[in-house]
Amino acid sequence: MSGQIGVSAERVGGPARVTGAYQYVGDIRLADVLHVKLVTLPCAHARIRSIDVSAAERLPGVRLVMTAASLPQPVPRFGPQFQDRPVLAVDETKYHGEPVAAVAADTEDAAEAGARLVRIDYLELPPILSVAAALAPGAPLVQDPELRPGDPLAETNVLREHPVSWGDVAGAVSDLVVEGTYTFPMVTQFAIEPHGFMAAPDGDGVLIWSSIQHPYWLQKIIAEILGLPLAKVRVLAPDPGGAFGGKQHTKFEPLVAFIALRTGRPARLILTLEETFQAVRRMSAEVRVRTGFLSDGTITFREVEADYLLGAYADIADRAASKGSHISCGPYRVPAARIVARSILSHTPPATAFRGFGAPQPNWAVESNMDDAARALGLDPVELRLRNLARRGEEFIPHDTTVDGDWEQTIRRAAELIGWGTPLPAGRGRGVALGVKSGPTTGLSYATVRLLADGSVILYSGTSDMGQGSRTLFAQIAAEELGVPIDRITVVMGDTAVVPYDQQTSASRSTVLMGNAVLQACREIQAKVRAMAARLHGISETAIVVERGIVRLPDGPVTIVEILKPGLGSLGGEVIGNGESRKEAEPGHPLSGSAAFYEFNCTAVEAEVDEDTGNVAIVRHVTVSDVGKAINPLQVRGQDEGAAIQGLGHTFMEHYIFDESGRIRNLGAIDYRIPTSMDLPVELQSDIVENADGPGPYGAKGMSEGALICTAAAVAAAIRDATGVVIRDLPLTPERVWKALSERPLATAAAHEVAQRRVPG
Amino acid sequence: MIDQAGAVRIELTVNGRQRPLEASPHQSLLSLLRDDLGLTGTKACCLVGECGACTVSLNGRIVDSCLILAVEADGAELTTIEGLAADGPLTSLQRAFLEEGAAQCGYCTPGQVMAARDLLGRIPHPTKAEVQEGMGGNLCRCGCYYQITEAVLGAAAAAD
Repeated sequence: MSGQIGVSAERVGGPARVTGAYQYVGDIRLADVLHVKLVTLPCAHARIRSIDVSAAERLPGVRLVMTAASLPQPVPRFGPQFQDRPVLAVDETKYHGEPVAAVAADTEDAAEAGARLVRIDYLELPPILSVAAALAPGAPLVQDPELRPGDPLAETNVLREHPVSWGDVAGAVSDLVVEGTYTFPMVTQFAIEPHGFMAAPDGDGVLIWSSIQHPYWLQKIIAEILGLPLAKVRVLAPDPGGAFGGKQHTKFEPLVAFIALRTGRPARLILTLEETFQAVRRMSAEVRVRTGFLSDGTITFREVEADYLLGAYADIADRAASKGSHISCGPYRVPAARIVARSILSHTPPATAFRGFGAPQPNWAVESNMDDAARALGLDPVELRLRNLARRGEEFIPHDTTVDGDWEQTIRRAAELIGWGTPLPAGRGRGVALGVKSGPTTGLSYATVRLLADGSVILYSGTSDMGQGSRTLFAQIAAEELGVPIDRITVVMGDTAVVPYDQQTSASRSTVLMGNAVLQACREIQAKVRAMAARLHGISETAIVVERGIVRLPDGPVTIVEILKPGLGSLGGEVIGNGESRKEAEPGHPLSGSAAFYEFNCTAVEAEVDEDTGNVAIVRHVTVSDVGKAINPLQVRGQDEGAAIQGLGHTFMEHYIFDESGRIRNLGAIDYRIPTSMDLPVELQSDIVENADGPGPYGAKGMSEGALICTAAAVAAAIRDATGVVIRDLPLTPERVWKALSERPLATAAAHEVAQRRVPG
Repeated sequence: MIDQAGAVRIELTVNGRQRPLEASPHQSLLSLLRDDLGLTGTKACCLVGECGACTVSLNGRIVDSCLILAVEADGAELTTIEGLAADGPLTSLQRAFLEEGAAQCGYCTPGQVMAARDLLGRIPHPTKAEVQEGMGGNLCRCGCYYQITEAVLGAAAAAD
């Protein structure tokens, strides 16, 4: 079916979504299942003196009360980067919500009642809830130094420092130095499907169900913890109901696995939304940025110091800090740079990946700094960016991938769509910002495609389709290459006993890395069909070309299926193709590898500020992303708009609020607000730049995160344009905006203070 | 009537079928649907009536089934997402969701479809603002809101 690429094919698996028939993890019912409830303390940091489970164990229906003492000793610890998270709290709790015990019972009611009967004698300890508290002299250590042998930072709350520098910052001569400190709030992924985990004994192995993005990474961790061969750990990972990074890594799967193996019965733990708030969130951050400029706007140097606040356990957050900060100088020619990111431990829920992966935090600071600079220099903010923008082929970060797009097109398109430079009514302002993010730095994806005797296809992939639409994209690729209608293709995912290995579903990689593996598998089938055609027609293979579903024979084209049927013969059978797509690690690279591609986005907004209430209405929101090639434009639009709207969440409303005990006070959907259909820009326009210059099939790049990265800076610039106020802390709640407006003369003065003329860098 | 185990006998008409059931006094309608009737198309998320994932139609009005006790629904007529395309073909509203790309991860989609169906029942030709207000109680973290709005408007136009 040539013509499947660049068309908005309907979502594969869509009918099951709109009828409610699709079974997410929590919808799967297992016979004889035990329901698991976590037992937690009403504070973040506490020393556990004793746990009395006797009353809980006596409750009818309760089958097991698991504590750290009933686990193998030492209690297994795990994590994608550091093995620091225990299956259950050991001696101390380190965040509000960390489970101390788990009750497994015949019914949910009994599990809940049992959880209330677990008596924990504990001593509440002061929690570390901020960067300042973590770094204060004499601050208690969040992690036991024994967990970090040989680590020179083990006696501090700094988990890692990530310095990157190039050029001569100290020697840079500037006409103007602009600096500022910005804060980014702690926000949560808030997938509408709460995380679900189930486990069951499976012969001499174990079955795990999880709403996870990386089933193969989970398989590895479970195998290590249980001492099982990989082949004895089968992970079933139904499509997650939203993930956004929060479902990348192992959480409570080891716990339910221990319960299932101990009791011999399936165990089921579906988190409440409140528990997901305590399980996953994005790192908050404090970012200081200092940039030197010549009077014509040329950047002379840039310094970025980013303190990212992790939770008590690292999960993948330290990696996000290093990766996000590495590109924090932005898509610009920066001749000298000094970047230092620190990942800092605290008594807060474990931070993990969240769309943008460490990039939105410094972007908020650096793009706001660009806006500051444009105003101080008397230059147009779009013009300032264009003057400094790195162009195709330029190495804008030493030893990393060069600019892989015509990024100027993206900026000019966004400026055109927002009407940049045209007059505005009073009370309105416009802002613009650029977002750039490194794609995956390593990767390994396998795909298998089976062309069956009737010309239908089964495609196997370890990618997780959590809404980004990978099933549809892979089906489109197979349809294009094999000449099969999409409705004759079945895409199988989410079962490690069936689908070949895939490293992970993250960093907007799947269209590129898995997409290439699928393409390669299809090409292998094409090669076999070519040999078949040569045999059938008694001609040389060199006389035959197979491409995009067509077999070109010397006497004219036929479809692949027309060759397939006689080629397979009376026994039928199938033609199998395998694909493998690798991005190898690069030793010595600070991120273990250069970026497979960049996500590049320009966001421009027009905002109207109500000076009486501080309420900000986005009148127009334009997002333009360089996508290489939109294999499915409807899905590209969905990803781009979704990223933009998620960006408006941390821009305007989302943030955790802690009390002095480290409890999240706005836990749950009532007090923690995410954008609804009533919080949207009056008009949102998503557009793309396509130059078929990406490394994926047909020139595609990953694109699912770009539109979130620079939302906040674009909005804040528009507020400033409308009112003159500069706000350096997110979210831009009406209260905060109103307060800034009421203090306007001071704020304006502060903005001028940072601009000092003729300062050597 | 409460039996010895504390269960209450109730009778519901669910998607046109009469269902004699037993419910615990504190059991939510959501739990009854999902756990006892196996109708897992109705989704659970916030359990406090904020997200709309568990939207069902109760006696012709949509409710958050997490906030209704099963015993409160005794005698009621209920329509869940499973009742919409029970005969096979998708409704024009469900089709519109697919055509507009209004379902990404799909977890909120059953609730969105139920809310949109109710909206179009009350306002057959809504404006964009009426759709956005009418659907304001249904969260979509994938951020499909514009595509959902287009689907609802499209379904309304197709009904002419």
